[in-house]
Amino acid sequence: MPAVSMTVNGKAVTGDVEARTLLVQFLREDLRLTGTHVGCDTSQCGACVVHIEGIAVKSCTTLALQCEGAKITTIEGLAEPDGPLHPMQEAFREHHGLQCGFCTPGMIMAALDIVRRCGNDLDEHTIREQLEGNICRCTGYHNIVKAIAAGAKAMAKGGARQAAE
Amino acid sequence: MSATGIGAAVRRKEDLRFITGKGQYTDDVIRPGETRAVFVRSPHAHAKIKRIDASAAKSLPGVVAVLTGAELANDKIGNLICGWMIHSKDGTPMKMAPHPALASGKVSHEGDAVVLVIAETLAQARDAAEKVNVDYEALPAVIDTAKAKSGPQIHEVAPNNTIYEWSLGDAKAVDAAFATAKHVTKLDIVNNRLVPNAIEPRSALAEYDAGTDQLTLWNTTQNPHVSRLVIAAFVGMAPEHKLRVIAPDVGGAFGSKIFIYPEEVVCLWAARKLRRPVKWTADRSESFISDAHGRDHVTHAELALDANGKILAMRVKTIANLGAYMSTFSSSVPTYLYATLLSGQYDIPHIYCEVDAVYTNTVPVDAYRGAGRPEATFVVERLVEVAARQMNIDPADIRKRNFIKSFPHQTPVIMAYDAGDYNASLKKALELADVKGFNKRKREAARHGKLRGLGYSTYIEACGIAPSQAVGALGCGVGLWESAEVRVNPTGTVEVLTGTHAHGQGHETTFAQLVSERLGIPLENVSIVHGDTDKVQFGMGTYGSRSGAVGMSAVVKALDKIESKAKKVAAHMLEAAEGDIVFKDGKFTVAGTDKSAAWSDVALNAYIAHKFAGQELEPGLKETSFYDPTNFTFPAGCHICEVEVDRDTGKTEIVNWTAVDDFGTVVNPMIVEGQVHGGIAQGIGQALLEGAVYDKDGQLVTGSLMDYCMPHAHDVPSFKVGLTETKAPSNPLGIKGCGEAGAIASPAAVINAITDAIGTEELAMPATAQAVWSALRHGQPRQAA
Repeated sequence: MPAVSMTVNGKAVTGDVEARTLLVQFLREDLRLTGTHVGCDTSQCGACVVHIEGIAVKSCTTLALQCEGAKITTIEGLAEPDGPLHPMQEAFREHHGLQCGFCTPGMIMAALDIVRRCGNDLDEHTIREQLEGNICRCTGYHNIVKAIAAGAKAMAKGGARQAAE
Repeated sequence: MSATGIGAAVRRKEDLRFITGKGQYTDDVIRPGETRAVFVRSPHAHAKIKRIDASAAKSLPGVVAVLTGAELANDKIGNLICGWMIHSKDGTPMKMAPHPALASGKVSHEGDAVVLVIAETLAQARDAAEKVNVDYEALPAVIDTAKAKSGPQIHEVAPNNTIYEWSLGDAKAVDAAFATAKHVTKLDIVNNRLVPNAIEPRSALAEYDAGTDQLTLWNTTQNPHVSRLVIAAFVGMAPEHKLRVIAPDVGGAFGSKIFIYPEEVVCLWAARKLRRPVKWTADRSESFISDAHGRDHVTHAELALDANGKILAMRVKTIANLGAYMSTFSSSVPTYLYATLLSGQYDIPHIYCEVDAVYTNTVPVDAYRGAGRPEATFVVERLVEVAARQMNIDPADIRKRNFIKSFPHQTPVIMAYDAGDYNASLKKALELADVKGFNKRKREAARHGKLRGLGYSTYIEACGIAPSQAVGALGCGVGLWESAEVRVNPTGTVEVLTGTHAHGQGHETTFAQLVSERLGIPLENVSIVHGDTDKVQFGMGTYGSRSGAVGMSAVVKALDKIESKAKKVAAHMLEAAEGDIVFKDGKFTVAGTDKSAAWSDVALNAYIAHKFAGQELEPGLKETSFYDPTNFTFPAGCHICEVEVDRDTGKTEIVNWTAVDDFGTVVNPMIVEGQVHGGIAQGIGQALLEGAVYDKDGQLVTGSLMDYCMPHAHDVPSFKVGLTETKAPSNPLGIKGCGEAGAIASPAAVINAITDAIGTEELAMPATAQAVWSALRHGQPRQAA
């Protein structure tokens, strides 16, 4: 089996995988990072969204071998183990943007990509259109939209504070 | 109200693990030596199995076993059952066909499980499954709900594919009332078949410990104890005490994870046979053809009214498609969860309903969010809306004229409504929705080529399921009480064990709020334990918006006992009479004195037992309660949907949504609003987007998320949500339940709004752009009287 090396949540990892092994399988089964979920088999639901080199990608449709040498961030890598939550994680909790929690990791990773692409000042219409690739069956999206808007704003404040420091 | 008590919008305790990726869903659990299972499923809707050749599959690397229905039968593993007995009008019992966990001799729907392939890895199991050769002889398939009775017979036990022909109400009284009617409204309604699509696919992991002869099942289930009971007592897998069922974090359910499915049974059997853990997790494509579907009714309904728009009687005839086999509670959904709600919020003197349940070669149909009550609400609210339009009565006005205004109210269809104020929720909704400004908005929309419409749904549901004696009398095989055990630790922290199960509802927070308020201790000192038959002794699980009304009531009863015992301990500590001890804000005080003991001191004293004789008062502080409600609860409210329809494309946009609900006592308004939002979105999905479509041969055409349209963020609006409150008299907290209301209310509101906009009633769900465009061009224009 071919070997693959990548950096996941800041840590160098290697593994032997079958050529057909998907990134999500490598993360979940080889690395035991089970925060990334599989909700469908047609790339519709977005429960599997992770970041590759800072860009949101559906890990159910990416081969592990395609990620040779890449920097991957999963939901587990957003906050330091004992550090504060990422502002987007905090916003999902504050605005009740999750119920069963299954789509949540993908939602949060997708939300960060919306901020990357569209900025920190997001209106409702933009958020709803940009969430095309993620499905939630619990929340009716109402509070997810609120959470993403608030999380994006909080990230801007955090960025400004860091710059000031 | 305390900051963390009942009524506080406390942020959820369970969120931390979910937002950091540390949730533990069934597929996340790994056991040493675990194997992976893949099912070979029938590609045919209806066929005889002529031969199964697994030799090629067995020779592939990593394959551990290939198992079939013949071996399952040989090992005397029993069939799956439906646990609610319905009798036909003629007194005969429902016709329950055998449902083996692996098909035996024939298959009855696309997706029927035929062979189990087990291998060291998932990839190996998939490869091997593709090499299993099953020879089928295809049989003609029965698909269409309305024509099922005249199709080829599917099961030996059920002539005319009829499971039961059931009725409720007084047909003669209804006929007499119709004879005197000034106006009769008639509607033909199809309640579209839906696929629940919880985002976490179903999964089962089974393990056998040969040393103790103990089976353990991790499973995506809403009711682990019911699951264990059925698998032990009916399937005969193992005695109840030798089977542990664990429902860890469950990623959404909406009814679809109530049922006992073939896959968990087969995995348990295989794990014991192979002495290896066996894990199966569904692909989404597999979910589509193996999770129980919802709805699928074909109905003709008639409403009789006098000249003033007062309803005189209702007559309903429904054919309900239950699919290829009778799923766990399928028989109750189109009967006692449907016809009993046909009175809606209205004082209707006479109602008669006939329901014929039929087999077809489709996936089994069972409870899906609302279960029967959305179907009933759709019938009632469409009839009332159309009657108002036909009689030139304002739709809010016709509702007011017919509302039940005094309680208790006995309907002609079993239910005794105990509390409500339907005018209050309608009034508040009219204000929140700015109905007064609607005509102006409609004219404005018309200037942009858009058709605006307004649709009401004043729904009711029966929740808090349910008084055990009542459901027993109606054929239910179990009691529907709930249990709670409150364990106080020597340091005063508390664990509550509940028989309910949360899969998104936030019980770890709301149940803790109740304990925090009652005992005056911080929220973080309370843990809620659920979903494990080894920890919680017994419970009935979560569905039917029952966890607050029934489950939390059990906690209240256990807390009553805790308080009573703790007062005895405090009396010894404070050297006072038990009757003089007052418990308030986490402190025990001797009335009229400054002598007191803190909660944690009393807890410690209960365990060290130094201040009282253990022979007179038992040490320890742990109490249990089994709570059986005295009635269903009756959440009700008014939803108003405002739409804009593009007359050129038929595309509907929901521009405003107002929901005003009466859920009785609200424990956590943030969580309750979230439940309402989610329910509405599912109802909008049914009304505008979703529909399971089979072709004539029984292939599910909408078999993936590429073909079955789930609501996305851009398909739904933000929601205005308001509350009114009348307490439920049937439980100590006054809770009515909120989990299903949105899904029950919303489809009728959407269709009432669109039909208002387009001027014809000929519009079926889902009202896709094409359907609306077609209705605009070809629908019979509305003719008012």
